[in-house]
Amino acid sequence: MLMKTIQQHDLTHLVIRFFCITGLGFGAVCLLLFTLHLSPITIAKSMGSGALSNWIRISHMLSIWTPLLLCSSGLLFTFRAGLWNIGIEGQMIIGAICTTAVLRLPQAENSHALFPALAMAAGLCGGGIWGMCAGILKNRGGVNEIFGGLGLNFVAQGIILWLIFGPWKRAGIASMSGTNLLPHALWLTSPAGWRVAPVALVLSCLAFLLTALLLGNTRFGLRLTAVGKNSKASRLFGIKPELIGLTAMMLGGGLAGLAGGLQVTGVYHRLIPAISSGYGYLGLLIVMLAGYRAAAIPCIALFFACLAAGSIQLPIMLQIDSSLSGVIQGACVLSALLVHGFQTKRRNT
Amino acid sequence: MTLPAPDYCISLFFLFLQVQLFSRNDPFPFTMIELIDIHKYFGDVKALTGVSLQVNPGSIHGIVGENGAGKTTLMKVLTGYIHRTSGSILLNNEEITLHTPMDAIQLGIGMLYQEPLDFLQLSVLDNFMAGNERFSPETMSRILEKLSKRFGFEMQPDTPLHLLTVGERQQLELMRLIHVGTRVLILDEPTTGISDEQQELLFSALRSLRDEGCAIILVSHKLDEVDALCDQVSIMRKGTIVGHQQQPFNRNAILQAMFDTLPQKETAPARHQGNKEILKFTHVCSSNGRSGLDRISVTITQGEVIGLAGLDGSGQTVFLRIAGKLLEPESGTLQRFAAEDNESDSTDSQTVFLPADRLNEGLIPGMSIREHLLLADETPLVIFPETGRQKAKQAIDKFSIIGTPDTAADGLSGGNQQRLLLALIPTQARLILMENPTRGLDVQSGNWTWQHLLDQMPDNGAMIFASPDLEEILDHASRVLVFFDGKILLDSATSDTDFDEISQAITGRIKACS
Repeated sequence: MLMKTIQQHDLTHLVIRFFCITGLGFGAVCLLLFTLHLSPITIAKSMGSGALSNWIRISHMLSIWTPLLLCSSGLLFTFRAGLWNIGIEGQMIIGAICTTAVLRLPQAENSHALFPALAMAAGLCGGGIWGMCAGILKNRGGVNEIFGGLGLNFVAQGIILWLIFGPWKRAGIASMSGTNLLPHALWLTSPAGWRVAPVALVLSCLAFLLTALLLGNTRFGLRLTAVGKNSKASRLFGIKPELIGLTAMMLGGGLAGLAGGLQVTGVYHRLIPAISSGYGYLGLLIVMLAGYRAAAIPCIALFFACLAAGSIQLPIMLQIDSSLSGVIQGACVLSALLVHGFQTKRRNT
Repeated sequence: MTLPAPDYCISLFFLFLQVQLFSRNDPFPFTMIELIDIHKYFGDVKALTGVSLQVNPGSIHGIVGENGAGKTTLMKVLTGYIHRTSGSILLNNEEITLHTPMDAIQLGIGMLYQEPLDFLQLSVLDNFMAGNERFSPETMSRILEKLSKRFGFEMQPDTPLHLLTVGERQQLELMRLIHVGTRVLILDEPTTGISDEQQELLFSALRSLRDEGCAIILVSHKLDEVDALCDQVSIMRKGTIVGHQQQPFNRNAILQAMFDTLPQKETAPARHQGNKEILKFTHVCSSNGRSGLDRISVTITQGEVIGLAGLDGSGQTVFLRIAGKLLEPESGTLQRFAAEDNESDSTDSQTVFLPADRLNEGLIPGMSIREHLLLADETPLVIFPETGRQKAKQAIDKFSIIGTPDTAADGLSGGNQQRLLLALIPTQARLILMENPTRGLDVQSGNWTWQHLLDQMPDNGAMIFASPDLEEILDHASRVLVFFDGKILLDSATSDTDFDEISQAITGRIKACS
């Protein structure tokens, strides 16, 4: 008797969801700021100007948006296959390591056109292989992808620290500030006054569009969705859930690895221990907030990038710790989870 | 005038009381639960429209209706799983409010689901204790033993639940509900997927609970069991009650109230049987399931419709899943189709398996009818919103599915889900494997399913189905294989056997066939 049409269900669901989450999130943040005797308008103005007041700041914000968009795109594959790719941070780190390894080759300095491209490809492959490791652990060893991914994150963290403090340490110094800067010729070039490399922006946008296209308009996307929603039943349609899951992990890891590589070549120009900057985990929140759909991801990623970029202004302008942006992110995510839970409960009763 | 002696007065009073109380047939003359004008809307969809119902203590009240009539929704309202849009529920003449299932349990209203809602990872005793505030395994074990004896159930407290059959899990759930003080017991299709013996045990337990004054509501579409068990029956159709009857029931009147037309039974058409092998098991062994498979050797040729009978977990499911290549045999060989056929087409695309648990194993919740058909067919590499829409519309018409191409599989009623599953059978399928094909379907939908299956079965193919309903096997199969403890005890043409012989084989009372 209860007939549900997917399209009708989606539209009303999404509109209600958007307004509820926005209202709840902003309400919670305002309440918190009022109790701290802070004006939400002042904070918003300060963060807004920190992120968007001039092109340098906007391009800085876009340099955060780029890895967020890549990680979120990668996570869309794994979430769609019903997998929690917690190992995304590790995949980003391994991507960054592989990129650095290629750029540290002696031949790199003589071939400035080829090697940055090779390095990006190495990052993509490195992240993809690291993602596949979690998938193989799940398929062959029965290790849940959450635990496998978490374990591999620790391994990746160990490897990056060992490299920075060991074989790749700066001459005479080994510190948390990372390896030596790469030769300038191997950096992704940015026009003057830009803090983001246009190549990185284009790559991220392309990756996102390709992800949306693959998931929404191809046989692979349909099969991925089928596996994510009911892997048992998908077998009856001739689909191999293990293979589809592994492919999703590989693609997700690959995009995270590319994000890691872009952090090396486009942002830090060296390998640092905190190369992932927590963007992988933030990507998880973005995809959850977007309801595991591609459409809203660029906007939500932009909002989080603004928060991260704008929060730098808080200690300078208002003598407030920049961790306030983390509180705002948390409030948004909790609101989203609350609204999602409430809607699910309502739908079931 | 002399006044009567006081003891005479007392005797007279008790005599009067006895006459008042026991002059009626009904020993519990009051209404225990009353539903008044219940409405339930899901958005624009009216699931229940003005349902009113009275259930007395000490009676078993049947609720019948075709799939999608609103029976399950009504019971979910009564157990607090979903909230009614309007209407009242009275318990012992007092209005009650049910926000959650816990409210219902505290008021003594409990429900036994078609698939018991239990914890498969835990033991029998753990499940029995679940929900109890006090943790006292020894006491609870004694209570469980006492209740098992009382109802004639056999249950070991330490047995892991996943080793129990659905019927045994139902027995455990029934005891748990009785222990927590359930006085209004609701059963939703309780005999689906359980053996005849377990059904008899369940019925006898229900009769004894009725005699103790419990009000029992039995939701079913099987008129035989309603006839055997219920004192009254209410018929539901399109979200409302369209009739009531007291024993003895008029079956034709019930069927007419349930459906527009009286359902006609479909019989298997005469089919040419060839010698070409479709499926051959040679000494196949497996340790999967409860009994596994013990050196099964059987050959199925084209044109055969095979019915698999046996107690739940006797090997039929494992047999079907090995035939469908969803499980690998541990030893022995399996051959599908004759060798010369294998060259022309992939054997996988010629084999189809329809599981009993449609929504959990056969369909994909959240995906639309169009998407299901796209997946089942040769899926194009690139998919646009209109891809497959026309085909989906055709399938909806052909299979009389109530829905649109964008309707999600989980939004369909049980009968429509089965129709969708049938629509997914590829035209080239030559080996159709099914677990309980009419599970949870009303007579009309069940008949439709069989009509379609028998019409669609190709002459060069074979069909194998497992069913707990022997009548279904005798009506539709040309050959029956009876499983007991992982072995085939009886392999016979249905024309050469009967209900009694199959029943004996099911319980292991005949020797295994060679």
